[in-house]
Amino acid sequence: MAKTTDHLGRPVVAVTGLGVVTSLGAGMTENWAALTAGKSGIHPITRFPIDHLKTQIAGTVDFLPSSNLGMAALTYEMAEMAGREAIAQAGIGSDFGGPLFLAAPPVELSWQERLALYRQDDALTGYGRLLAVARKAGPSALFEAAQFGTVADRLADAFGTRGLPITTSTACASGATAIQLGVEAIRRGECDRAISIGADGSATAEALIRFSLLSALSTQNDMPEKASKPFSKDRDGFVLAEGSAALVFESLESALARGARVLGILRGCGEKSDDFHRTRSKPDGSPAIAAVKAALLDAGMSEDEIGYVNAHGTSTPENDKMEHLSLSTVFGARIKSVPVSSNKSMIGHTLSAAGAVEAAFSLMTMLEGVLPPTINYDVPDPAIDLDVVPNVKRSADVSAVLSNSFGFGGQNACLVMAREPV
Amino acid sequence: MSPRDVVITGIGLVSCLGEGAEAHWQAFMAPVVPPVTDSTRFPPYTIHALPEIDWGLQIPKRGDQRQMETWQRLGVYAAGLALDDSGIKGDAGLCATMDMIVAAGGGERDEEVDANILEASLSRNDTEILLNEKLTTDLRPTLFLAQLSNLMAGNISIVHNVTGSSRTFMGEESAGISAVETAAARLRAGTSSHVLVGGAFQTEHPDMLLGYELDGHLQHGAWEPLWHRSAEGGGVISGSGAAFLVLETREHAVARGRTPYAIIDRVASSRTNRAPGALAAGIGRLLDALAAPGGDRLVISGASGAIDATAAELSALEGSAFRGISALIGHVKEAEFPFAIALAALAISRGAALPALDNMVETPFDGAPDAVLATTVGYYRGEGAALIRKA
Repeated sequence: MAKTTDHLGRPVVAVTGLGVVTSLGAGMTENWAALTAGKSGIHPITRFPIDHLKTQIAGTVDFLPSSNLGMAALTYEMAEMAGREAIAQAGIGSDFGGPLFLAAPPVELSWQERLALYRQDDALTGYGRLLAVARKAGPSALFEAAQFGTVADRLADAFGTRGLPITTSTACASGATAIQLGVEAIRRGECDRAISIGADGSATAEALIRFSLLSALSTQNDMPEKASKPFSKDRDGFVLAEGSAALVFESLESALARGARVLGILRGCGEKSDDFHRTRSKPDGSPAIAAVKAALLDAGMSEDEIGYVNAHGTSTPENDKMEHLSLSTVFGARIKSVPVSSNKSMIGHTLSAAGAVEAAFSLMTMLEGVLPPTINYDVPDPAIDLDVVPNVKRSADVSAVLSNSFGFGGQNACLVMAREPV
Repeated sequence: MSPRDVVITGIGLVSCLGEGAEAHWQAFMAPVVPPVTDSTRFPPYTIHALPEIDWGLQIPKRGDQRQMETWQRLGVYAAGLALDDSGIKGDAGLCATMDMIVAAGGGERDEEVDANILEASLSRNDTEILLNEKLTTDLRPTLFLAQLSNLMAGNISIVHNVTGSSRTFMGEESAGISAVETAAARLRAGTSSHVLVGGAFQTEHPDMLLGYELDGHLQHGAWEPLWHRSAEGGGVISGSGAAFLVLETREHAVARGRTPYAIIDRVASSRTNRAPGALAAGIGRLLDALAAPGGDRLVISGASGAIDATAAELSALEGSAFRGISALIGHVKEAEFPFAIALAALAISRGAALPALDNMVETPFDGAPDAVLATTVGYYRGEGAALIRKA
């Protein structure tokens, strides 16, 4: 009989359901097959014209009914798909019965919506006209799309979650934060189960341009599938992407009591913010190091027990260098023999969803005994001496994984997951 | 009394009434009704505008100020006031272990760039290419960071060195409700010892008004009393404002010799179906969940003025001495709940109730309150309430 409380006497948190959507496809089966085959989901952008854009590639999710309906609609659809998959796998019916934690991008009216409003009148200019049109038209369907609480509200209705759902944004660490919120709710005994979803369908022209103006994106447009190359010497930025993942968490006690299949254990969460700069990390890497250490401490584990690192690995010059610095500081010389791979080499950077997507893949890594590769690793960066599982998947018996997420605004969040309860 | 009681030891407020806990207490104790508002900048809308603020008092580096627009500056400024008030500001050890939960919407878009694109779109068929053309050349690179929701927290980390953890919640008033509820739960569970929690809303940008008006929520014309706005428009008169609280466990506050304003005894939240007639009962259940002491009770309400939600709250609060604070500061969205809690805590620590702001419906409350309810009913969705007690 597994112990159902952890080293601090808190309920052990089990994962009983996973769901995922990325540019590689819908559903875990399709995604896992593509990911372990080293297939890239990065492609030329077709959603909007690429004239004048330095970056013309992305990992957009183009195969859904909402793919061209704007950020709010696509984020919702992907979140719902991933959520349904996870809840079905967990064997929970249509009334979920626990809280919802959603990581999602900040919303605003799309340009298509702004332009359409503007064309409805010819008095006034600029925002004055938009307001006049809104005033005359009365309640509009556009309202919901620009409310930050809408996606979570609709998901709460769709799944029958309890209470006021929480929508979080910690930039590119959002998915990990949503997971941490779910884990904490169960540990506090507020609920027996929770669902955490990360979803991001925000790859609009304006979003791409904003990241591009910060020089954050790869401009290697010629071979899109080769552009995301974490830890390579010729990496030049991340590839903007979309996706979603959902994780159903339950207290181990409750999961065992209802005979649910336990897919893994969320052992520890750690976070630490950085006050150095809005987009760059403190040069000594101390906040990221502290986040990794905090996750291990929370898990009650030592770094020696970690068998694989699912890296943040964005493929930006800055991130990969700093992530290597943090990992080598925490793991010491052993880091050279711990496999570290980046899912983003294949799916790009799914932003608000990334932490959740990569946590889901981390759990699959342990369940399947297969390390997904870091593809496009043709020109190793000599300054980053890591076993990145280059280009080809590898079989490995992994019992514990560290997953890193770092974001603009000094956000650092790390998760430690294990295959078995202690 | 428990060492894990959630005590309030710092309050940072900014609104049209001024800045700081003391200025707000004075303004609410001697309310000017109708309040000073601005009906000229965004006609036909009336707003409660920010007072003049010397940003340098809380954001000393000009470079930091330049990286932000008003919304982020406002949050960073109010956070600084709360940190000052709690004696944590500048204490490197306390700031480095302090957790933070910020309730945020989004920052300001570039009004001029948007207006140019909108106008140019009328003479072009290839509007998507126009967008690429204009946005790649006209957007300021740093504006993106000034718009990002989590960069209010990011800037608080940079300016005030609060670096324990940083979480941003989104979702209008509900974000502020969940931020306080989560912060209090973490303190009680021992996962935080001291937390900075709050939010800001900057209404002096047409895009922020558009957010309400797409569903017809804004009041048109001059200011009217909060609880009975129905003449024209949807009842909301928005305001620019911010509210940050320093919350800590009782043992943490005692250990560093701080006298709390009050304790947050309980927080409850809900997502009531807004079908006609359902909300008043939902608010009633929410208040019941707090198990507030019976008898006369003082309620600091964050009612938005939105017609349906405010009417439902009015009916649910019948029999209580309630005060609708948005009458004086305007609807401050994400900051509404922390703002209401701050005023409830002040009423307790000063041993006096705020006087009625609207003699038609708000009734007197005599004596010193031992427990005060703070409520926030979202103008469109989400409700929250807290029971604030004497420490």
